Amino acid sequence: MCGIVGLFLKDKSLEPQLGAMLSEMLVSLTDRGPDSAGIAIYGASGDGKGKVTVQSPFPDRDFPGLDAELSKQVGEPVKMTVRSTHAVLETGLAKLDAVREAVSELRPDARIMGMGDAIEIYKEVGLPEAVAERFGLAKMGGTHAIGHTRMATESAVTTMGAHPFSTGPDQCLVHNGSLSNHSNIRRELIQKGMKFETENDTEVAAAYVSSKMADGLNLGEALESTLDDLDGFFNFVVGTKNGFGVVRDPISCKPAVMAETDQYVAFGSEYRALANLPGIEGAKVWEPEPSTVYFWEH
Amino acid sequence: MKHDVVDVMDKVASKRVFDLSKTTLRELNQALHEVREGSNEVAWEVQNPKGSHAVAAGIDAPISVDVRGNVGYYCAGMNSQGTVTVHGSAGPGVAENMMSGSVIIKGDASQYAGATGRGGLLVIEGDASSRCGISMKGIDIVVGGNVGHMSAFMAQSGHLVVLGNAGDALGDSIYEAKLFVRGTVKSLGADCVAKEMRPEHIAKLQELLDRAGIKDVKPEEFTRYGSARKLYNFNIDNAAAY
Repeated sequence: MCGIVGLFLKDKSLEPQLGAMLSEMLVSLTDRGPDSAGIAIYGASGDGKGKVTVQSPFPDRDFPGLDAELSKQVGEPVKMTVRSTHAVLETGLAKLDAVREAVSELRPDARIMGMGDAIEIYKEVGLPEAVAERFGLAKMGGTHAIGHTRMATESAVTTMGAHPFSTGPDQCLVHNGSLSNHSNIRRELIQKGMKFETENDTEVAAAYVSSKMADGLNLGEALESTLDDLDGFFNFVVGTKNGFGVVRDPISCKPAVMAETDQYVAFGSEYRALANLPGIEGAKVWEPEPSTVYFWEH
Repeated sequence: MKHDVVDVMDKVASKRVFDLSKTTLRELNQALHEVREGSNEVAWEVQNPKGSHAVAAGIDAPISVDVRGNVGYYCAGMNSQGTVTVHGSAGPGVAENMMSGSVIIKGDASQYAGATGRGGLLVIEGDASSRCGISMKGIDIVVGGNVGHMSAFMAQSGHLVVLGNAGDALGDSIYEAKLFVRGTVKSLGADCVAKEMRPEHIAKLQELLDRAGIKDVKPEEFTRYGSARKLYNFNIDNAAAY
């Protein structure tokens, strides 16, 4: 069991409240996944700046002074915002890869959570409420966000085993279920040059979708191909810079409910997660069909 | 007809109202379980369920419960004698293992509605998703819309009536439950076949439609499905199907 929540805003006036809305949705599904929690939140893009989110098990040691060292190393100002065990490093898009490489060199214990124009990723072990609190999720704004509460089955309860997994720029994936052919798919993806941080089955699904999109497929097509190639139980919710997608395996044992109004599209593992959204009484609420790809783009 | 009776009861008896934004689900279910035979607490209302699990599960008295809003997992599970009406949609496992009485869902129901039900009537006015009536053992289920894949999987007895369409693998490995589908069936499961509608089936279906309060639909518009009884005993010719 795991819990998934997702919110894709259509109404810009709700953007400042995105974090607060997602936070409440996430906490409502605590009993589906009390091991760990994580969120991916997408903010404004198109200003020529990008972000790298890094996590460190030793934030007090690793983060102080990191911005100055990185600025010097890459030759461009790097702005750092520290939130608990995570730091978001912002700089010009052209220098994003350089920043990522410099982080690994300067702080070998730090892990890259994700990078891109718009994405920030936060995840930790602990109850969803505690995780949301430590990162100040309720105060964050943005255009769309995905959250996950984990009850681990396929790999250890660690920060890196928490969802979302990000395996490509501005991409992230969360999963409820378990995959049975992830070892084979991992081997194939490693041969194609993909790198893996964990033994987790979901990371393989994320990398699979990233690999398909790198081959030129759009989000919808990439999700469609998971139905052919991934074996097991899955509800995937996927984010890209301007998109939000959902797919369920043909058996669809794992629960899912969606809601759409003029203001938003929302996903929840259960209706409980959607029950307090504005205008939910008048929303179109439905259970996504098996083997059917749903996606929305801004 | 049943609904009219309930409406009259609303007026004559005081209704016990539980607002789940103010009282806990445990208090509601405890109070429902404490109703004794002959009690005059026959009408109940539940407000603000907001997707809660196991709302009004385990009723064992001839009472009527109106739930105003959407419910989560296992609403009205194990119901015996009660009439539970959800004025909204239901999550997975609604009326699971119902013994008797009736459960009416005004909206849609999620997966495995009425699973393993032994008796009573489950009416879903909207759509039911996958595995509706899985392993049903005597319950009658009437769905106003469509049912999803693998509905009536291993269904043993009782009736599943679908006014809309059925998804893939309807009635897979079915025993003696009777299925009536008015629309299309995407595919039939192993050992499930279309069968002739004899007068006794027309009469039974008419009775089920009447009990579910459905008018303007004729039993003759349905096709009956049931077991070909080829999987009952091991037969070497069927080895591929086992």
